[in-house]
Amino acid sequence: MGAESGTVPMTMIQALRSAMDVMLDRDPGVVIFGEDVGYFGGVFRCTEGLQKKYGTSRVFDTPISESGIVGAAVGMGAYGLRPVVEIQFADYFYPATDQIVSEVARLRYRSAGEFIAPLTIRMPCGGGIYGGQTHSQSPEAFFTHVCGLRTVMPSNPYDAKGLLIASIECDDPVIFLEPKRLYNGPFDGHHERPVVPWSQHPRGEVPEGHYTVPLESAAVQRAGSELTVLTYGTMVYVSEAAAQESGVDAEIIDLRSLWPLDLDTVVESVKKTGRCVVVHEATRTSGFGAELAALVQEHCFYHLEAPIERVTGWDTPYPHAQEWAYFPGPDRVAAGFRRVLEK
Amino acid sequence: MIAPPPSGPVPWDKHFAQELLFDMLRIRRMEEKCAELYGAQKIRGFLHLYIGEEACAVGALHALTPEDAIVATYREHGHALVRGVPMNAIMAEMFGKSAGCSRGRGGSMHLFDAAARFYGGNAIVGGGLPLAAGLALADRMQGRQRVTACVFGEGAMAEGAFHESMNLAALWRLPVLFCCENNLYAMGTALGRSESQTDLCAKAGSYGVPAQKADGMDVVAVHEAMKAAAHQVREGLGPFFLELQTYRFRAHSMFDPELYRDKAEVEQWKRRGPIHTFSARLKAEGKLTEGEFLALDARANAQVQAAVEFAEAAAWEPVEDLLRDVVAPT
Ligand SMILES: Cc1ncc(C[n+]2csc(CCOP(=O)(O)OP(=O)(O)O)c2C)c(N)n1
Repeated sequence: MGAESGTVPMTMIQALRSAMDVMLDRDPGVVIFGEDVGYFGGVFRCTEGLQKKYGTSRVFDTPISESGIVGAAVGMGAYGLRPVVEIQFADYFYPATDQIVSEVARLRYRSAGEFIAPLTIRMPCGGGIYGGQTHSQSPEAFFTHVCGLRTVMPSNPYDAKGLLIASIECDDPVIFLEPKRLYNGPFDGHHERPVVPWSQHPRGEVPEGHYTVPLESAAVQRAGSELTVLTYGTMVYVSEAAAQESGVDAEIIDLRSLWPLDLDTVVESVKKTGRCVVVHEATRTSGFGAELAALVQEHCFYHLEAPIERVTGWDTPYPHAQEWAYFPGPDRVAAGFRRVLEK
Repeated sequence: MIAPPPSGPVPWDKHFAQELLFDMLRIRRMEEKCAELYGAQKIRGFLHLYIGEEACAVGALHALTPEDAIVATYREHGHALVRGVPMNAIMAEMFGKSAGCSRGRGGSMHLFDAAARFYGGNAIVGGGLPLAAGLALADRMQGRQRVTACVFGEGAMAEGAFHESMNLAALWRLPVLFCCENNLYAMGTALGRSESQTDLCAKAGSYGVPAQKADGMDVVAVHEAMKAAAHQVREGLGPFFLELQTYRFRAHSMFDPELYRDKAEVEQWKRRGPIHTFSARLKAEGKLTEGEFLALDARANAQVQAAVEFAEAAAWEPVEDLLRDVVAPT
């Protein structure tokens, strides 16, 4: 915590780039690599200019080899480097699954703590860009299910930078999911309207220097009394819009770190409101919402006044054309609020 | 060094030559329209144009029989079209309409058509290769003498799926024709920055798979090479690797600032453009007049216009139907 310098308005892309810039500058062990991240500067431009500034041995391109990228980062991490690798879209991590599950996540445990894998795997996730089934997925539950990984998802530029720096400095492997629909502004699900740019949002003010946002801390995005919304990523803004449009006094918690989870903040809020709605964009069955609902039930059962509601994507691949039918927009979230209030 | 434009005699009669020229024109005009429709937000999401590479799909797929199968990538509009997927169904799919060949669920990168034996576009680099090996193995087990043609970009050769598929196909002598469209760049990454062995045929050869290069800007060269390769595969001699050396004239997709190659290089390759070089050869041999060319082009444009009208008029898939086909109906 604690910024070293003044703040400037940044988009989420600029904030992520700034985090990598700060860390490349501070720590000679930080290296950045992935498909088209060097010369090209990344499909979403997150690494633009970094290769020019730090050279091709610190910021470099790889072939289309997700398994190789992630696996090499494990070896580099074991020798003390801090690799920050990019998977171009979260939808492309699957070829690296074995490396992530069997190697990245388990190196510490398997070696009884003798070797560690202090790497960060960045990947843009989520829908809202007509990307269809292979450019829209929210695979967070794949990662939270694997012991040994940390899974993080920021929802604004300030958190994005602070969490990314904390992830790079962390001795555990971190899956760093970037909701791509938020790169340029706090998208609230109203796809028919232009998105408000980050420059007009308080969380778009970002310190230029080094600071961290702790990896296990949720943020209360909106204080409220009628119900608690547990959410993260794009759905933070969709839930805010739902609260505003429905007039429901919802307390919205942006989890930021999915695992480890800031359970204290969650439990405190649900005990206060007595009602809970879990909102995520990912498919419903065995989604991270299921874990959240189970935890709330275990820790807040006697405070609950209604069954926990889940508002999620459908149990289908992400449709291309009917994207907005799949996407749980403000109306669907508000309907979830009403259901939990009526019971 | 970029080779001189394709030249030399065309060993085909006028009718066949014009048929292939027409297919190249259909792809070109359809995709030019797609780019325009993308600008108008009628086509959304991702759109990867094949412009410049038409000789590959046209030359290669005309060397196959209707029983053969095709497995392709996200840059597959041309392959689908040549394979006989109706342009209307392709255009409707691009729009995301239910009259599309995949009911609008897939869009540009996921064209499928059982009737055309077209086993998909695939947005995952390398995703189609193991599938192709499996189709070929099933053909062999079920006693059919068919070829599975698997089209992919050179970028896919860095994925594990490529190596596993090549090994399986070679080990089991599967009737797969691996068709690598080497356009020199995988997105912004030039071949030399992604492959330890830039001679792709040497790489394929290391699996014991016979391999050959052909000029992918020359529809004649592609067709001849593919015909010979398909014959060998059909005869049970095992897989074959064909490298088609080509170039995309447009950006990788619609959001590519193209900082990785210079304009002069693109211009040089355009001089090797498959449509104008082939037309010139046909004209020189008296197999095409300017009037005939214009008539073919007008026909291609008319098909495109009709396809756009069809797609515009088509309906969206009803939202209730989206749950269909996730699993088998109960
Ligand atoms: C598994 C996977 N990783 C990364 C990508 C992102 N991606 C899409 S196309 C592409 C370049 C592929 O180049 P190449 O195979 O040569 O085909 P071309 O686009 O040149 O036709 C990349 C990296 C992807 N679609 N799938």
